[in-house]
Amino acid sequence: MSYASGVDLPDGYVAFVKASCPTCRLVAPALLRLRKAGAPLTVYSQDDPRFPEGAEPLDDSDLRRSYEAGVEVVPTLMRLEGGEVIERLEGWLRMDWERLTGVAELGTGLPSYRAGCGSRTLDPGIRELLAVRYGGDKFRSRRVEVAQLEDEFEAMFERGWTDGLPVVPPTPERVLRMLEGTDRDPQEVAAVVPPDLVECTVEKVAVNAAMAGCRPEYLPVVLAALEAACTSEFNIHGVLATTWSAGPVVIVNGPVAERIGMNAGGNALGQGNRANSTIGRALQLIVRNVGGGRPGGVDRATHGNPGKHTFCFAEDERGSPWEPLSVERGLPVGTSAVTLFAGSGLQPLVDQQSRTPESLARTYAACLQVVAHPKLALSWDAVLVVSPEHARVFREAGWSKVRLREELDGLLRRPRAEMVRGAGGMAEGTPQSLAGAHVPKFRQGGLLIVHAGGTAGMFSAIIGGWASGTVGSEPVTREVRE
Amino acid sequence: MSRMELLDPTGERHPVARPRVVRPASLEGLTVGLLDISKPRGDVFLDHLDEVLSGRGVEVLRFRKPTYTKPAPADLRYEIRVKCDAVVEALAD
Repeated sequence: MSYASGVDLPDGYVAFVKASCPTCRLVAPALLRLRKAGAPLTVYSQDDPRFPEGAEPLDDSDLRRSYEAGVEVVPTLMRLEGGEVIERLEGWLRMDWERLTGVAELGTGLPSYRAGCGSRTLDPGIRELLAVRYGGDKFRSRRVEVAQLEDEFEAMFERGWTDGLPVVPPTPERVLRMLEGTDRDPQEVAAVVPPDLVECTVEKVAVNAAMAGCRPEYLPVVLAALEAACTSEFNIHGVLATTWSAGPVVIVNGPVAERIGMNAGGNALGQGNRANSTIGRALQLIVRNVGGGRPGGVDRATHGNPGKHTFCFAEDERGSPWEPLSVERGLPVGTSAVTLFAGSGLQPLVDQQSRTPESLARTYAACLQVVAHPKLALSWDAVLVVSPEHARVFREAGWSKVRLREELDGLLRRPRAEMVRGAGGMAEGTPQSLAGAHVPKFRQGGLLIVHAGGTAGMFSAIIGGWASGTVGSEPVTREVRE
Repeated sequence: MSRMELLDPTGERHPVARPRVVRPASLEGLTVGLLDISKPRGDVFLDHLDEVLSGRGVEVLRFRKPTYTKPAPADLRYEIRVKCDAVVEALAD
């Protein structure tokens, strides 16, 4: 490490010690000898301000000096001239101490070498605290003070910062820790967030991610999800503003999912996993807080759906008979990615009888036909979440995802006469003007297929979409940059 | 317990605000805070107001900012909020 320069320490010798360090206790006689030899010595004690006795130590229990001097090990012995650190020794090496001080008998009776202990500045959780306290943190976000007797959780509710559930107070320490999840500049603009079209810095993302309960290692995924959501293709403004139930669904692929402990297995689309729960939540908090999109404001949903709190899961790539969604959508194998989908909720489906892919595909088609309305076509996308037990049927039959898709495309073409408005005694339906004898349910690329879920259950699930393509939302995949 | 500082998670296009309390139709049965901002002679005005309000049976509590050059500390604002139904802040000069 580089020597601290311009540190406000006295010239001469400066030692940093703590009484709880055996090496510091061992070298205490050497410090006394140095003092006795008339050397200008200042000792800072990190814990016990009386230690070492006789050396007139200065109290550094607030760790200010230690932090500013960049002390990582105790004992540290420095020599300063003109306010500059000329040399610094860590731990006890008798030869070096005697050379630096010029006191030949400094270490008489002491061993020639003892490693030091960690400085208290490096204790868990302390570093961020000190960085905020003494480091002149570079946050640009406005600081909001909460009164001593005020409940900070209530204060955040009152300011409208939450999604209706309590959020973690975004203290500077927590946000600093969150920012360790990325090496991107905190002031870099991560996205321009609708509906207010506000430039959202990495710092603001970190503030909201901390509130959502994310761990720092989730931050790159949140950043990628935000970037994808704020493209004109995904159209988060429309997803937010629509009266439809849609909200952003985040599907995570690649090594990051396992690394941060995401759930792609049992209850993958449910509660209980911190990464799944907080990544989707962070995205929605950013849309709310930074973008200004709130229910009753720009959010005009008739019903909404519980997934608007968070809807985020990983694909089970390991157990899948097929290539991952992100690979199908053009990214190299092994690349971490998020795919954003404007999803309106979950419709599980059951088929415990099918043992052939043909039969199971028919079940899928029958259930997919009802997305939004059985007689509406081409304007609603969907994600089909295939469970491991259903996937086994396709694997054993050697069906690729392309093969399944072809089968579904055929099955999901309904005779136009059944689909038009008025047919079947239902006024709703596809317009008369639609050409062709048959009407496909989904537009090209409008059906996404992923593999996730627990190993027991002959079920799959459909996430219905929203107005698809250029009139509404296009699924968007983005690499997670770690 | 130390005072907590939070980083604003919003786009900061609006001031940090909470909804205003509805202005009371009458002061009957209410507690009114009188906030002196520590500018000379602000207290003259507030003393008079105190007399008038107390004379009408309104409960009056007095508060004082440490200095008029800075916003009221969060703790003082909170105290006024929890103790009073309405507040009169006296400017001076």
